[in-house]
Amino acid sequence: MATEPATEFALEGPAAFEEEAKRAKVAGLGPWRLALRRLRRNKSALAFGALFLLIVAICLAAPYWADHIAHTDPFKNHLTDRVEVGGETKDVVSPDGAPIGPTWHGRFFLGADTNGRDIAVRLLYGGRTSLEIGIGAALITALLSVIFGVMAGYFRGIADTVISRSLDLIWSFPVVLLGVALGTALALGGLKIGPIEIQGDSKLIPTLIIAVVYIPYMARPIRGQVLGLREKEFVEAARAQGAGPVRIMFTEILPNLSSTIVVFLPLMIANAILLEAALSFLGAGVRPPNPSWGTMIGDGVEKIITAPHLAIVPGLVLVLTVLALNVFGDGVRDALDPRAKLHLEH
Amino acid sequence: MARFIVRRVLGMAVVLFAISVLVFLIFNVIPNGDPALRIAGRHPTKGQLEAIRSQWGFDQPVYVQYGKTMQQIFSGELVSYSTQVNVIDEIKNDIPRTFALAIGAAIMWMAFATALGLYTAMKAGKFSDRFLTVLALIGISMPVFWIGALMNYYLGFKWKIFPNGGYVEFTKSPVDWFYHLIMPWTALSLLFIGVYSRILRSNVLDTINDDYVRTARAKGLSERQVMLKHVLRNSMIPIISLWGLDFGAVLGGGAILTETVFDLQGVGQYAAESIGQLDVPPVMAITIFGAFFIVFLNTVVDIVYAWLDPRIRLT
Repeated sequence: MATEPATEFALEGPAAFEEEAKRAKVAGLGPWRLALRRLRRNKSALAFGALFLLIVAICLAAPYWADHIAHTDPFKNHLTDRVEVGGETKDVVSPDGAPIGPTWHGRFFLGADTNGRDIAVRLLYGGRTSLEIGIGAALITALLSVIFGVMAGYFRGIADTVISRSLDLIWSFPVVLLGVALGTALALGGLKIGPIEIQGDSKLIPTLIIAVVYIPYMARPIRGQVLGLREKEFVEAARAQGAGPVRIMFTEILPNLSSTIVVFLPLMIANAILLEAALSFLGAGVRPPNPSWGTMIGDGVEKIITAPHLAIVPGLVLVLTVLALNVFGDGVRDALDPRAKLHLEH
Repeated sequence: MARFIVRRVLGMAVVLFAISVLVFLIFNVIPNGDPALRIAGRHPTKGQLEAIRSQWGFDQPVYVQYGKTMQQIFSGELVSYSTQVNVIDEIKNDIPRTFALAIGAAIMWMAFATALGLYTAMKAGKFSDRFLTVLALIGISMPVFWIGALMNYYLGFKWKIFPNGGYVEFTKSPVDWFYHLIMPWTALSLLFIGVYSRILRSNVLDTINDDYVRTARAKGLSERQVMLKHVLRNSMIPIISLWGLDFGAVLGGGAILTETVFDLQGVGQYAAESIGQLDVPPVMAITIFGAFFIVFLNTVVDIVYAWLDPRIRLT
């Protein structure tokens, strides 16, 4: 980190003098400002980050589209309705069961599914569900990983053994198998933790399952980092000043983990969205008739021969979202970890 | 070394035991999961339910039931609740399919990822590098069941290039066996090709400026020899260990989605179907089977690493 400004702003050509002045200023910037600068220069990462925000914004506008443009809701069947497309009147679902394709107009913009439900509306509401689950699960994973990782790394000894072995246990489970088993089991009876009761069809169940399954992936690197941090001089100094373990964890160790957490978050959201889709596809995620991108793809795959657009449309949106998160996440990692950036610039 | 191996193998046994307990608890502690109701069929009387409970031992304490189930798994007498078929026989029947899928896919993704990673590293920064890197990222971002279903529909059903799902025994017709597995192999490999090629690319770029590579060039070796013998060989080490872990994960249930989409009737698909019916015995057996491969390959990778790098044993 110390040599960072020099490698970032190597002197070149006649502008050297101005650069020198600039460099003096840069040296005073904190690591976050420097990272932000690097991120700003990575145009594709920014573009994909903006794309993700755009997708989130569009999904948040779902009720507006449903009420004012499509005039329906994500659950309503229009099996016997007819719509006008380019001057012709067509069945929403033809007598042989084939649903209408994209009309590119307000009603049935992306066509209907075999129940005569508006795909565009379901896609928007489904996006809300998938994003809620993805972001929620990633945040819970991050929170729990930090708690477990910091405790294991800081206290070592028995705490470390218990936490690390438990993480190994989750790690050794086949991820999708564990998720599906938990999803199916919990959907039947719901979940009861003390006074909190979660219904079997709640979105919280897949969220919690996904969060738990991914904890080892994040908690292990954090534990490793804490093991190194706790031996550093500034922690020793804090201890010498009489700071207790809780205070050291919050004021000395946690700030040093923030860049790791920030790097993990977008990639975790991407993985959580993918796992939600997989669980819903296997019938152990979001409960029908609630839409999510995963349930929509699952429905579409079943009916792919009558109406391939039912699987293609939600799949494309999902891939685009996850791709946006992955590219943006890569950019964030490169910005916060200059060494990785140097690799890419060979 | 011997002590290290013994310690790892003992750890493996403990993890497998804990996993079996956990799976058993997941399905036995949940409310409404009474297996007697599912065995009895529709509208059972109270007496019938009682009879089933005592016959199958559901009225006994959980730890007795657990012990009995584990004993049945290892003696090969485990019977499914819903179909009443012997679970171990069923798994034995499915294993070759899962192995065929996993081994073929593992070879495929390793070969393609190596070629792609090396190529993009050598073209780093050029258009072809950026284009292929984007493709790799798309591969990582696609759900395997989605691309699998699309391949099945377009390549299998519509254009009839490949068979539309299903599995043919290798002993029956090796050509058909291969032909039926091309699409599942490809679908399963895409994700791993994306991940591995990106790691390999950055590893190659890492080592390409090392002193020993410069020495190799200075000796007058051809660029091809430098890349393949010096750069690639060193860059492959982390990938090889990842390969072991991922191969274990795919064998141990990671192929559940691919098998379901292509109707391969492997162990993963059996697990998916059994979970849907809350059929505990097959799920128990398959999870232990899957965890075994994951833990086993983890251990193998660790031991190989310790053998390659003696410093690891101390930590």
